[in-house]
This record gives sequence, structure tokens and C-alpha cells, in this order.
Amino acid sequence: MSRAALLVLADGRFPAGGHAHSGGAEPAVKAGRIRDARDLAEFCRGRLHTTGLTAAALAAAAALGLDPLELDDAADARTPSPALRATARKLGRQMMRAARSTWPGAELDALAAARPRGAHQPIVLGLAARSAGLGPEDAAHIAAYETVSGPATAAVRLLSLDPFEATAVLARLAPDLDQIAERAARAAHDGIDALPAASAPLLEITAQAHAAWPVRLFAS
Amino acid sequence: MSVEATARIVATRDGLPVLVSDGPLAVRRTRATGPYTRVTVVGAMSAPLGGDRLAIEADAGEGARLLVDSAAATVALPGRSPEQAHYDVRLTVGENAELRWLPEQLVSAYGSDLRMRTRVELAATARLVLREEQILGRYGEQSGTLASRLTVHLAGRPLLDQELGYGPGAPGGWDGPAVLAGHRAVGQLLVVDPQFEDKPAEPQLLGETATLMPLAGPAFLVTAVAPDARQLRCVLDDVLQARLPG
Repeated sequence: MSRAALLVLADGRFPAGGHAHSGGAEPAVKAGRIRDARDLAEFCRGRLHTTGLTAAALAAAAALGLDPLELDDAADARTPSPALRATARKLGRQMMRAARSTWPGAELDALAAARPRGAHQPIVLGLAARSAGLGPEDAAHIAAYETVSGPATAAVRLLSLDPFEATAVLARLAPDLDQIAERAARAAHDGIDALPAASAPLLEITAQAHAAWPVRLFAS
Repeated sequence: MSVEATARIVATRDGLPVLVSDGPLAVRRTRATGPYTRVTVVGAMSAPLGGDRLAIEADAGEGARLLVDSAAATVALPGRSPEQAHYDVRLTVGENAELRWLPEQLVSAYGSDLRMRTRVELAATARLVLREEQILGRYGEQSGTLASRLTVHLAGRPLLDQELGYGPGAPGGWDGPAVLAGHRAVGQLLVVDPQFEDKPAEPQLLGETATLMPLAGPAFLVTAVAPDARQLRCVLDDVLQARLPG
């Protein structure tokens, strides 16, 4: 594996559109559930161990070479919120565009052709990692990290939170991130039906409400 | 001593050829409501305890209309065994058949540790109404550890797959702002009907902490959190009455 490829793919400046999404932090701030760095840490920990694990396992399974279309169905079943399904597919489409320019490959082309409106982002991410010569655990690490880096960055803007504090939240989650990535990569070897499906009720409920806001800072 | 028991229900268009109680799980035919053959699970009150392995299997065969409810809430309690208790629900619904699976709440008492697994296999033209309510702790009590997974396949393809994990044995953040934020009652109402294939349900916000979501397949799911069991039931009942009269 190339450690540099991992850095390029995981970089927040990778042009895949993730910066426009708060990962549920915007409605949580508005509802008064995230007020400071401590709340942010609890939010991120909860998201990581639920949808983070699920996304990381989908990414690991795609990187391992499991059928991306079956994984896309599995991702739909794990995403009851239509707002979150639309977000996942939009981000998947943007990730696909970036990945096909950076690490072109036949598997990416085939998925893009089969899902022109976008496959779920973690699956495209996993396939991009595979195309870049990375392994399932690398893909899981990136997917897991994205589930917490998005809300942390968003909280800086939404709450004028000290960016040092937000980064410290992420740093303190490092052991959890490693554990989630390791679990996700292990689960990928057990087949699609056995992949984790951990979910967070409030993230689904608030995503539906947030999508209907007339004015919002973040797309999701 | 831990208990291992499997209760079985088989409904056909004409009746209930199989109705087998086992251990703490007693299943009784009860007075029908509307067109449904009705079965009530009674006596689940004292189970499951730590180490128990309980299962219920219900099969609504082709054209059958089966309603299963329960006489009381199921309370997961700590047992003499420190082991996890397991509760498996396996449901199958055949072509043109309908299953209404409407048990009372599952209460996770302090000190208990339960893994609940619900698997549903639906034929392409099957209909399903399934309610799940999880109450974290009895009144004024802290939560036990509860891990549940609901997996639904429609014509062999995944329709819904959701895991929930709460309590002292769950991973961090379960009570935080992303997952429950202090709410102690969590519920889901799943409605699957082939008519949604052509005309999917519209998404609907049901207050601040509940929402109705059309799934990627012909179904909708209501997910709700609430401060307690009563308020949760109100939300789910409103949807049932509005969408499925009778």
C-alpha cells in the first residue's frame, strides 16, 4: 500500500464535496444539543460508533472487492432516511468524479455506468481506495474519520468553536477510530449480510427535518 | 438455570395449523379483530433472564392474515447467570399474505444484558406492519444493556437493516446528542405494502423527535424517540390510526 495515497484520499481538500456537509451537526447545534467542545465530542463518538461503523464496513467491503451493486443495496437498507440516502448518493457521485481522475480504473467506470446518479459514498470511497492500491482497513479508516471530521469542522463554523479545541476532540477519538476501522475491516470478510448496520435514531430524525429547512449553512 | 425455548406460530388462509408454546413463551389464539387470525403471546413477563435463549417463529403462509400481539411488556432482567440473554424473532410472510406484528414494549431493566435479533423474510406481494418499542430502564431506573438488530428482506433483497445499541455495555456516545440525547424510549413502525411500489409514502415530520420515512423499497419506517413509553406509543398509534384504519 501507498501511505501517500492514503493521505491524498483522506485529505479534507480532496475535491469530493464533503466540506458542504455537517454530518448532522447543524440540526444538533440548532436544537441546543451541541453547545461546546464536550457536546461535540459526545456527538462525534456516538456518530462514529453507529453510522461511522456502518459506513466504514461498507467502504472496507468495497475495497476488499465485494460486489459494489450488492453493497449499494445493503447501504440503502441501512439508510432509512431519504434525505440521507440522497446525500450519500450525491457525495458518491462527487467522489466518483474525483476518483476517476486521480486513480482511473475499470471497476470505478463500471460502477459509474451502473449508478449514473451516484452510488452510496462509502462504496465509491472503498472502490477508490482499491483503485489507489489501498486495503480494506485503509478505506475503513478514511470513512470512519470522515464521520467525525465533518461535524468537527462544521461545529467550528456553527458555534465559533475554537479550532484547536475541535481538533483536540478528533485527536482524542483516535483510539476509537482505530478500533472502528479494525472492526469494519474484519466484518468485511464475513460477507455483505453480516456487515454492521449500526444506526443512530436522532441522526435520521433530524436529517429529515434539516432537509426541509428553507435556509441552512450546510447541505446536510 | 437458563432457559432455552422456541414458540412457533404458523397461519394459513384457513387457520392456525401450528401453535406451539415453549417454556416462558405461551402463545394463545385470541378473539379475532377484523379479518385477522389473532395470536397473543402471554407470560413473557418474567423473561428473558441472563443466559436465556428465547425464540419466536411466526409464518404467515400464502393468503394468510395474521395479527400477533402480546399481553404485557417483555422485561429483560438480570439473571443468576452473568451471560447475555438472547431473544430471536423469525418472521416469514408469503405471497398475498399479511402479518401485523404488534407486541408490547421491550423494557431493558438495570443490570440486564439482552441481544435481540429480528429477521423478516417477505415474499414479493407480502404485507407487513411491525412495531418495535424499546424502553431503557423501568420507571426511574437506569438502562440495562440492549443490542438489537432488525433485518428485513423483500423477495430475497435487503429492505431494512438496523442495529441499535444502548446501555452501559454499548459503545460510547449512545446517550449523546447524535443518538438518544437522554430519551429513554425508542420505537420503530415498519409498514411494507406492494402498493408503495407505484406510489411511495411521502416523508412526514412527526414533531421534533419522530419522522416518517419512505424506504428505498415499497415501505415506510417511522423512527421515534420519546421521554417515556406512553409518549412513544402515542406517536406510533397516531400513524397506525391515520394510515391503517381497522
